[in-house]
Amino acid sequence: MGLSRASSKLVSLSFLFIGLLALSVAPLFLPRFFIYLTALVLLTGLLATSLNLALGFGGMYQFNHSVFYGLGAYGLSLMLIKTSLPPLLGYIVGPVISAIMALIMGIICVRLSKLYFGMLQLSLGSLVWVVIYRWYSFTGGDDGLHGVPIPQLFSSVTGSYYFTLVVTFFCMVILYFIVHSPFGRILQAIRDNPERSASVGIRVRLQQLIALVIAGFFAGVAGGLFVTVEGSAFPDLLSWTLSLELIIMCLLGGWFTFFGPMLGAAIIVCLRALVGGYTEFWTLALAIILMLLIYFLPEGALGFFERIWHGKASASGEVK
Amino acid sequence: MDWLSTLTAGGLVQQFIVGLSRSTILFIVSSGLSLVLGVLRIPNVAHGSLYMLGAFLCFSIASLFDNSSMGFWIGLALAPFCVAFVSLVAERTLFSRLYDREHLMLLLFTFALMLLCRDAVKIIWGSEYRSLAPPVALQGSFSVFGMLLPKYNLFLLGLGPFVAVGLWFLTQKTKIGKIARAAAVDRDMVGAVGINVSWVFAFVFVIGCFLAGLGGALVAPTQNINQGMDHTLIMEAFLIVIIGGLGNVWGALLGALIFGLTDSMGILVWPQFSIVFPYAVVVIVLIFRPTGLLKSTW
Repeated sequence: MGLSRASSKLVSLSFLFIGLLALSVAPLFLPRFFIYLTALVLLTGLLATSLNLALGFGGMYQFNHSVFYGLGAYGLSLMLIKTSLPPLLGYIVGPVISAIMALIMGIICVRLSKLYFGMLQLSLGSLVWVVIYRWYSFTGGDDGLHGVPIPQLFSSVTGSYYFTLVVTFFCMVILYFIVHSPFGRILQAIRDNPERSASVGIRVRLQQLIALVIAGFFAGVAGGLFVTVEGSAFPDLLSWTLSLELIIMCLLGGWFTFFGPMLGAAIIVCLRALVGGYTEFWTLALAIILMLLIYFLPEGALGFFERIWHGKASASGEVK
Repeated sequence: MDWLSTLTAGGLVQQFIVGLSRSTILFIVSSGLSLVLGVLRIPNVAHGSLYMLGAFLCFSIASLFDNSSMGFWIGLALAPFCVAFVSLVAERTLFSRLYDREHLMLLLFTFALMLLCRDAVKIIWGSEYRSLAPPVALQGSFSVFGMLLPKYNLFLLGLGPFVAVGLWFLTQKTKIGKIARAAAVDRDMVGAVGINVSWVFAFVFVIGCFLAGLGGALVAPTQNINQGMDHTLIMEAFLIVIIGGLGNVWGALLGALIFGLTDSMGILVWPQFSIVFPYAVVVIVLIFRPTGLLKSTW
């Protein structure tokens, strides 16, 4: 048993290594558009994974996660446009702003649970959205900020790609260790049974708050990456429809798995590029996918495969 | 405080009337949402799409009659029923199988419906803006003490109380309303005494969607009918339902009044940020009363 677990870990590690190798040499072979698309997949995957820390592992209905994404993007863009501080500082400032906002919203929201939590989160998020949407003199209003002066090193397509790849990789590693740390275990225990967790001495709200702040921080990182890749920030980044799309990505990949949201993000972003390239009815395709998903695959694609995998494994174990 | 000097009593009253009529629309739509959320526990994101559908249907029916006054009245009468029919079909074929899922799944499912409706509207009506003239009898405005009060807004104001009383009567006095309220609290128990809960739910869902369609048809002559209508409205309707208390009709009324009036009064104070005021008020209310001002049904 111990051996098989070790070997399966080895298999997944080698998969990861091959994947990383492929990603790091990809710009040598792929056309520009696909490099750009891959960067978009990576940063959206990071965003969905950060959401999943609150949603899948924390069991909190984070309905407005894109607010932190947008704040990270605006934080970086505004700093690059309005100040002459070192540009790299912006990649820290953006996520910190997101984390502070996540803390403020979290303090207000963790008093409630489930749907009420989500609703309150949604209303606070829409306040942030509406301020950014209207504050023409500072945030550019509904036009957004365009032509953000990205540092020379990352401004080319390949440059931004490698930057995205490296940052996403390190953030995913950190998130992986957070999920598998004692803190991550406590979070999952709270998700499964909050009353019981409280009765064994866990400070439920504090732990949830920490999870929200971490999730907000990494969403801010993803926002900064988006600005690097796209060169602009706009209010749609904070919209609740994007938040729901992120939830769909988590659902599609499977929200009880660590890599599920990344997979879901890859599927959604690629499908959007693919379907959107041929017709203007991309949302119709998304709607149909979502409906089929809810009816037939409620535990997500990765969860589905894992179940088949484990089902086989346990069946063969019984035979022995 | 330069805005104080430009403020006149006439402007204030006029803005108040505009805000109240906006509140009426918001109330009609969000009371439907509140009903669905309170009894069926479905956070119906597609509610805004049904509102948009109501507006487009009213426009189309009216244009069948060469945009005559009669056409508008027929559209106003028929559009909500068309929307209700669509929702009945959706409820029976799609939702009725999903009632025992968690809220999040239901929310995502209605989101899928919203996306579906948006593209359906794009396919059927195209993406250009439409507009509809109010009937001749309600065009223009009354002049009272030098203030101009648009007739159509006054018509909306008159209609609001009827809807409120009708809903109150339906939920408090009729048998099906009482069953629905009981089912909101404990659906298993209601089923155990031999009532077909599934059909009660269908009835409540259809009433809620009817109200969305009615709101859409009523709003059609006052603004551009376009694709983005669902997006902004559903957010506002949700916020109204939350600050009012889920499932509470009077809460929806209170929430709609707060939302509509802060919006229209905010224009007088700080035009650029007027849209921020209602959202800020909602947040302040929720910080102090996170489960809404009035009692929620669950």
